[in-house]
Amino acid sequence: MMNYASGQPREGAPQTEGAPGSAGAPAVRAEGLTVVRGPRTVLRGLDFTVPRGQVTGLLGPSGCGKSTLMRAIVGTQAKVTGTLDVLGRPAGHPTLRTRIGYVTQAPSVYDDLTIRQNLDYFAAILDPGRASAERRHENVTQAIADVDLTSHADALAGNLSGGQRSRVSLAVALLGTPELLVLDEPTVGLDPVLRRDLWNLFHSIAAERGATLLISSHVMDEAERCHRLLLMREGEILADDTPDALRHRTDSETVEAAFLRLVDEAVAAGRTKETTR
Amino acid sequence: MSTTTSTSTPTTMAPASTSALNASRTTATAARVLRQLRHDPRTIALMILIPCVMLFLLRYVFDGSQRTFDNIGASLLGIFPLITMFLVTSIATLRERTSGTLERLLAMPLGKADLIAGYALAFGALAIVQSALATGLAVWALGLDVTGSAWLLLLVALLDALLGTALGLFVSAFASSEFQAVQFMPAVIFPQLLLCGLFTPRPNMHPVLEGISNVLPMSYAVDGMNEVLLHTDVTANFIRDVLVVAACALLVLTLGAATLRRRTA
Repeated sequence: MMNYASGQPREGAPQTEGAPGSAGAPAVRAEGLTVVRGPRTVLRGLDFTVPRGQVTGLLGPSGCGKSTLMRAIVGTQAKVTGTLDVLGRPAGHPTLRTRIGYVTQAPSVYDDLTIRQNLDYFAAILDPGRASAERRHENVTQAIADVDLTSHADALAGNLSGGQRSRVSLAVALLGTPELLVLDEPTVGLDPVLRRDLWNLFHSIAAERGATLLISSHVMDEAERCHRLLLMREGEILADDTPDALRHRTDSETVEAAFLRLVDEAVAAGRTKETTR
Repeated sequence: MSTTTSTSTPTTMAPASTSALNASRTTATAARVLRQLRHDPRTIALMILIPCVMLFLLRYVFDGSQRTFDNIGASLLGIFPLITMFLVTSIATLRERTSGTLERLLAMPLGKADLIAGYALAFGALAIVQSALATGLAVWALGLDVTGSAWLLLLVALLDALLGTALGLFVSAFASSEFQAVQFMPAVIFPQLLLCGLFTPRPNMHPVLEGISNVLPMSYAVDGMNEVLLHTDVTANFIRDVLVVAACALLVLTLGAATLRRRTA
């Protein structure tokens, strides 16, 4: 593997190879994963793994099946066939519900509650009972601080800007220190400073808590910040590799160029298949 | 070995108790629903005041015939909570579905029963306030002549509110927008309103309609109110009416729970 200076995950992310949790079984393992939505086959027999304790980027153009794949992993997608193991259990297993944090693409929070009230409620669902009230309070305060919204804690979610609301949604997923975080485009519509801060947060969550993060994006420059990449197109996985290896293999300067090259190759291969048919 | 098959979700062997009712999660949900409402004082005011205003209006519409006011007033005390809770619940649940919060909650260790019981608890509490005010106004200020105990009126009103919550929850599964949800009001409530005996005693209707009214829950809600209106003690008919309304509410709540899917297309 070549080592470009820029090839390391940026923003001070420590390499977590060999960190606790990265050993042993992968966080997510899919074999022949297929999802049908209505008349369309959205995911076509995917095989891949997501290693533990790392930040894996899920990249591809919009409509390629990223969100469906994420919903399948958290167990909210219907009509999933094939094998899909998450943290050693079949996806959607009830015991996984406290171990996975999930952020949908559109912020899913109550607009008519304040930030703190939103988090208090979701924390009470994850960790119910009066005995854990103290721990819940700390958790909520920490999650609000993690997404840099402490000064807005008592503002109604409905009165926040789009970027702030999506950060509230992210804070909910951080509650209860999940082992696997599935984040569907968490940085969409955020300014560069916030995006950098959030990516630093993602890396520190992976490094300090040994958590696994699966983060989707259609912004290719974010790919450089991931340990591993899954490149998707039209319900199929084009590549499953480190950013370094991808650039090296395709002889490209950036992941974006690598992705475009892979797409061109796939399209060309599809054409020749059609013409020879 | 571990093939995840389609639609069904395994709910057995859940240590986090996802199927049985969890008291803390239920009360947390009820508290959250009430907190949401508290940020919307206008809705609370409308819910609580409109029944009172309507009763007041009715009293003077039937200024010359106190007897008619007694009949219709008592029936309306049962109908108001049903309609209000139906509307509020169907919109609130629809919002949960469309805002993604329902998907998020069901990806968490929240049982469907916890969610539904939480809503029922919160709106039930609101219904008690609404019914207490309306009943108090009707009995003491407007001179509604109740032979039985006003507490029994309140009991029926509360059950009606739960029935309304149940119906609202159920129909919200079939509405994909708030426009549609509101249109379910005339579709589900108006036929019951026409056939429940409010306008004419049910035995006077065409036999076919009377037969239909016999299987509509609102008929029993109104009958129950009239039993309290006319009898000092708890009659067998009253008990039957109350049980029918309660059973309907439970049945529809169960149906509503079935419409909450952890896995969706």
